[in-house]
Amino acid sequence: MCFEAKRLFRLALGPVLMLVSAVALAAGGEVNQVNMSPGVTEVSQEIYSLHMIILGICTIIGIGVFGVMFYSIYAHRKSRGHEPATFHESTKVEIAWTIIPFFILIGMAFPATSTLLDIYDNDDAEMDVLITGYQWKWKYEYLNEQGENVSFFSNLRTSQSEIYNTEQKGEHYLLEVDEPLVLPADTKVRFLVTANDVIHSWWVPELAVKKDAIPGFINEAWTRTTVEGVYRGQCAELCGKDHGFMPIVVNVVSKDEYNEWLGTKQSEAAQIKELMAQTFTLDELMERGKAVYDRNCLACHGAGGEGGVGTAIAGSAIATGELGGHLDIGVNGVPGTAMQAFGGQLNDVDMAAVITYQRNAFGNNMGDMVQPIDVFNFKKG
Amino acid sequence: MGDHHHGPAKGISRWLFTTNHKDIGTMYLWFSFAMFILGGAFAMIIRAELFQPGMQLVDPAFFNQMTTLHGLVMVFGAIMPSFVGLANWMIPMMIGAPDMALPRMNNWSFWILPPAFLLLASTLFMEGGAPAFGWTFYAPLSTTYAPPSVTIFIFCIHVLGLSSIMGSINIIATVMNMRAPGMTYMKMPLFVWTWLITAFLLVAVMPVLAGAVTMMLMDIHFGTSFFSAAGGGDPVLFQHIFWFFGHPEVYIIILPAFGVVSQIIPAFSRKPLFGYDSMVYATASIAFLSFIVWAHHMYTVGMPIAGELFFMYATMLIAVPTGVKVFNWISTMWRGALTFETPMLFCMGFLVLFTIGGFTGLMLSIAPSDFQYHDSYFVVAHFHYVMVAGAVFSMTAAVYYWLPKWCGRMYNETMGKTHFWISFIGFNLTFFPQHFVGLAGMPRRIPDYALQFADFNMMSSIGAFIYGASQILFLYNVIATIVSGKPTSEEKVWDGAEGLEWTVPTPAPYHTFETPPKIDPAHAHS
Amino acid sequence: MIRLSANPTIDTVVKLATVAVGMFAFVFVVMVPLYDVLCDALGINGKTSGEAYTSVQAGVDESREITIQFVATNNEGMPWEFGPSVTMMKVHPGAVNDTVFHARNPLPDAMIAQAIPSVSPARAAEYFHKTECFCFNHQPLQGDSAAEMPLQFIVDQDLPRDIRTITLSYTIFDVTDMVGGVAAR
Repeated sequence: MCFEAKRLFRLALGPVLMLVSAVALAAGGEVNQVNMSPGVTEVSQEIYSLHMIILGICTIIGIGVFGVMFYSIYAHRKSRGHEPATFHESTKVEIAWTIIPFFILIGMAFPATSTLLDIYDNDDAEMDVLITGYQWKWKYEYLNEQGENVSFFSNLRTSQSEIYNTEQKGEHYLLEVDEPLVLPADTKVRFLVTANDVIHSWWVPELAVKKDAIPGFINEAWTRTTVEGVYRGQCAELCGKDHGFMPIVVNVVSKDEYNEWLGTKQSEAAQIKELMAQTFTLDELMERGKAVYDRNCLACHGAGGEGGVGTAIAGSAIATGELGGHLDIGVNGVPGTAMQAFGGQLNDVDMAAVITYQRNAFGNNMGDMVQPIDVFNFKKG
Repeated sequence: MGDHHHGPAKGISRWLFTTNHKDIGTMYLWFSFAMFILGGAFAMIIRAELFQPGMQLVDPAFFNQMTTLHGLVMVFGAIMPSFVGLANWMIPMMIGAPDMALPRMNNWSFWILPPAFLLLASTLFMEGGAPAFGWTFYAPLSTTYAPPSVTIFIFCIHVLGLSSIMGSINIIATVMNMRAPGMTYMKMPLFVWTWLITAFLLVAVMPVLAGAVTMMLMDIHFGTSFFSAAGGGDPVLFQHIFWFFGHPEVYIIILPAFGVVSQIIPAFSRKPLFGYDSMVYATASIAFLSFIVWAHHMYTVGMPIAGELFFMYATMLIAVPTGVKVFNWISTMWRGALTFETPMLFCMGFLVLFTIGGFTGLMLSIAPSDFQYHDSYFVVAHFHYVMVAGAVFSMTAAVYYWLPKWCGRMYNETMGKTHFWISFIGFNLTFFPQHFVGLAGMPRRIPDYALQFADFNMMSSIGAFIYGASQILFLYNVIATIVSGKPTSEEKVWDGAEGLEWTVPTPAPYHTFETPPKIDPAHAHS
Repeated sequence: MIRLSANPTIDTVVKLATVAVGMFAFVFVVMVPLYDVLCDALGINGKTSGEAYTSVQAGVDESREITIQFVATNNEGMPWEFGPSVTMMKVHPGAVNDTVFHARNPLPDAMIAQAIPSVSPARAAEYFHKTECFCFNHQPLQGDSAAEMPLQFIVDQDLPRDIRTITLSYTIFDVTDMVGGVAAR
């Protein structure tokens, strides 16, 4: 009998015990991780301890409540000949189990409040990054005191063939981007979060930052990461078809490395300006164009230009029609449809390359080319 | 009610034109079960796609339609109508009334439901597909960026809102005006009490939902900008209005479940319900608190810290009356003479799993930690513990408990118990691992996931198939009982059951309590 | 309790139906305006007043210097080039400051834009006064033309001392269709 009670106990508490024993696991992103990761910032560790405290209190109360319940199930069965009692109220007991939980809750409220105050303490950031959610990618813009802001889009890097199971899935399947957000360690970074179309939510578990990106409005969050490393997250608010395919990768590096990276980005921007004056061959444009297409167009227009959410490009009237019209759609999009204006998202070199690619791939054989300067002139009007 | 002494009409017109509370209750129950199967089929598609990483069966757009319709159909088509059906069957019999107060309206409130859901399901075949913006339909994904079917969706919400409001007005009118002499409020069975409070909640918040979708409709078709920043509106306003409806809504779903459990546990404990009065007060306080906690669904939306703190404290408070209920149920069992027939087993499942769901609810109420839980699978696990193990388990318990009274035949106990254990195991296998992947960082509503979540997702999918399959056993058991179950004519099918419904003949005749029953003034509540 | 009908059932039904209709109206006549009031009062979403600020500040607080960042976002489907002329300014509370945003409509057709301001941190919103702003009105632009959009603002002297940086974000929307039809709310 005693054995039976123990067995029942274990059966009920098994899941709870599993959770508690999971505390040992720490670092995030582990296979079969069962608990929240403590993360790499002071705030994330505070949240983690708060989570563990509340979980612990719940577990203890749970053991008590289920203990009584299972004892009753075991001992007060009719089949054991237990005669039913007739009591049906006890004011003292009822008051006790109203008041005691109330005090336990007050006890929980203290650490919760202090952690929340820390999360909201946005003051004295050393740098600011504007994060904009797009269907379905993120844009990062470093707000500089002087000169032009460095800004770029961060797209899913996982290939369609991995997603559709025709190729082996890589280690960071769905959690890899073409260009990560790079942040310096030991620096208080303020995030300004907004969106371009629908509501998104920027979430990196290791940083314990989750903030909704709301079109038209700006939200803020902050982080100070003490440990260098790569941290991965995802969009947390349903934002349409590819909500599951807009990951976030944050690369935290030393301050020196960061400055070096920023310098490179700035000179890259300058380089693009230089490239804009150059003339490319068809092959060069096609090669660059394919890369741009795969990143930006493929999700809607298909790997072979066969269409999907977007119209087909293979044999389309636009891609095989007049060049100006094709450029117009690429740069300005089609208002009221899912076709966005890419003029602000792609630089002129990439725009020229991808238009050229579309006109000369998927069986389209226009043989014409768009040079960066054409895009520049088109934008100028 | 001129046809008092006739039996039911024959053929299809019996069901189309019926004003009999038992007929309408039966239709509600079958309809909700059909919706449960439909919503379950959507869930099976979701879990099949999530069986392993990569896209296998459906495309991401269709996946979103599945999650949306699964939520809508389960909440509005399965759970809510099932409890309305139960209310129709049981409330008149529990308070000694001959029928519902407004039998004609009762017929209408049922018959507008099936066309509405048919229409909603038909959006799957429309150009642009079914609604794909989640059952919470946040603007602007549900307005500017919605498929054309959103207009149909809005119409359906209006219809089912109307149905719910009519149903609740009927329930309130019945409870307030049709009680047998001597059936005072504090003598009413707890199921009637929880439904009375639920009905008030419904009357208060279904119009709010109607208001929200009306604003969407105006934004989409009439050029207003309630939810669009461009015209001076705010998408966050939508969330406030939605959750002002949405939070009471989750109590609308769970309160009748509390009522059912409060009927069944005493019956199989052979002991009166412990703390009847405090149960009533706890239910009322939960209902009241549900109006001031809505923004705990929106901790990450960027509220001022004062708002964040207010909603956190108010939400934590809900743990007190909910705790009182759990303690009362356990005290009811304490020193009783317990037996574990199928209804009791499902109530035990409810008690354990709902309590776990309550604990995760308390964890979610803590705003700072919610920054990590919000919109992750942890939330999915939490609300399935309270919705499925809470509402659906108790509804299943209710069917097993009252089925013999309804049709005069006993269900197969072995099959019932098998159903319970398969459900219980399947349910936990499905949803317990979801706590893990959620804490580890898997967002909800994604059609594909990173490799480290693969094992738990596979486990979850297997569990879901088991749980889904167990419902076929349930359906078979119910039909087998109705067709060829062992006949019983005992008025009191369960020896420990209390209440007026157990004083009428078995099976319950078409008309009951045409003359009000005598109620023993000395006898406590039933 | 007021009785609306001799028949208690009808009495209950009429009262409850009134409650239901009342709750429907409540959404429109209470929740929406109340939300706007709360937004103004608490700076929810960093919303600032849509009207020009006309009071005069008592003087300039030279002892404090506040960094103002300007950020511009194009909403989806908005092809204009739009951005601040300077990305950052250092100002003293109480002083009147001027800046401009550049806008260019690259399309051949005339368009109308609306810029929506949002201030971060949100609690600074009520201390950020705009005496003149292009966001107060719709901004039409002929096809293929550019304009400078002026902004004049004052940071209130009562700005909490712990706020040292204020970000002013504008999201620009294409409202050409909206303005053509029903007037915005």
